[in-house]
Amino acid sequence: MNPALSKSGQVVEESAPPAIEQPAAARVTRVSPVTRFARSVFEITRKDLLVEARTREILYTTIFFAVSCVMVFAFGFVREGRPVQDAAAGILWIAIAFSGTLALGRAFERERHGETLRALLIAPIDRPALYLGKLLGILILLAAVEVLVVPLVALMFQAALFSHALLMIGLLAAGTLGFAAVGTLFAAMLVRARSRDVMLPVLLYPITVPVIIAGVRGTAALLAPEADLPMARAWLSMLVFFDVVFVTLALWTFEPVMTE
Amino acid sequence: MDFDNLRLVEVTRTFGRRRALNKVSMTATAGTITALLGHNGAGKSTLLSIAATLLQPSSGEVHFGAHDGNAGGAGLRSRIGMLGHDLYLYAELSAAENLRFFAKIYGLDDVERRVDAGLERAGLTARRDDVVSGFSRGMRQRLALERALIHDPRLLLLDEPFTGLDEAARDALRARLRSAREAGAIVLLTTHDLAAIAHLTDVSVSLVDGRLQ
Repeated sequence: MNPALSKSGQVVEESAPPAIEQPAAARVTRVSPVTRFARSVFEITRKDLLVEARTREILYTTIFFAVSCVMVFAFGFVREGRPVQDAAAGILWIAIAFSGTLALGRAFERERHGETLRALLIAPIDRPALYLGKLLGILILLAAVEVLVVPLVALMFQAALFSHALLMIGLLAAGTLGFAAVGTLFAAMLVRARSRDVMLPVLLYPITVPVIIAGVRGTAALLAPEADLPMARAWLSMLVFFDVVFVTLALWTFEPVMTE
Repeated sequence: MDFDNLRLVEVTRTFGRRRALNKVSMTATAGTITALLGHNGAGKSTLLSIAATLLQPSSGEVHFGAHDGNAGGAGLRSRIGMLGHDLYLYAELSAAENLRFFAKIYGLDDVERRVDAGLERAGLTARRDDVVSGFSRGMRQRLALERALIHDPRLLLLDEPFTGLDEAARDALRARLRSAREAGAIVLLTTHDLAAIAHLTDVSVSLVDGRLQ
């Protein structure tokens, strides 16, 4: 056998290759495409959470950052035991957005070490499954941060964040999803960029401003002296709309942006 | 999807104004080890990335047997294994967890048997539950090779696989590559270390400034 090369003259035959066998591909588990997609998402999320459980790097840094943020604002916006009106809603969402940015950057920085992102891109998994797997991992981490930050904001700002718990959870879930959906896409895009730490917030905040505004206004409606439930539901609907748009766009664009 | 050769036809790749590959044409066939020789910056890694479908050529064509590289998708990628200079391992996970994760995302059956076999071939059975960050370069390299081979790829791409290995580790790597060749794999490796590939490769080609010489 002589592998042909168009540029002749410099090809060196060094040893006679053995007879070619034609081995079958490794046996794969036969499952439906949907099951395979779901398994890929699950495995990527599970791997991210396992790595995080070993290091606790993102969890601790984001919690520390979010708690620091709330404490600093508490000193500024609570005078003689009385918080500035509507401050709690804004500070809650600022803490989520800032700590979320930190988590997004670190989640993809990990894939850059050892170039494991390239291994994932070569693997026969759909690019949207890779995106959703990473997104799910980030959402779980941010949910853990919110479990600590929401009661802290309620305590420091005397905010009745649990009066309408279901609506509050809905606002937090929808707002966090919208923010993380865009953030995961941008963090993946910037993973090879030299100035990624600077570029991520520069790109992310202008796009996610509608999500943050909707989250703040919806939360403020719940925290008003007489909770404005219809207004909170309207903002929640707006957040769900943003989520659908952002997740759809991210799934659509993830494959081209990850192919050089 | 399967194929028995990798064919590059007039492949050019530019990064801005820099031309990393310039009209490169070559064919590598099943059951052979092809070495891409060249100095740093010659375009070897770019060529491997194109062969791995990670990079699109600026012009030219890449064929995997009868299949066009652009239309391959997940089916084509399931037949490619790659070992990069950075090894593609999660340092925070154990040796077994790394192999298990990749076996699962490749959708392989009998995952635990494959993990055990891979660890045994890498000589890491006793360290299976140790995290990779505590491994030496040679141990990581052996594990990374098993990671790249866990799905029995048709096309095996290796970027400077001998870097940082002692002579015993080099011997082990050469033996593993010979067994992959005997199993019918197309092995394409880059190196600038001629001594490391002596009596190993079937074909050697040189890249100089993005051109095949």
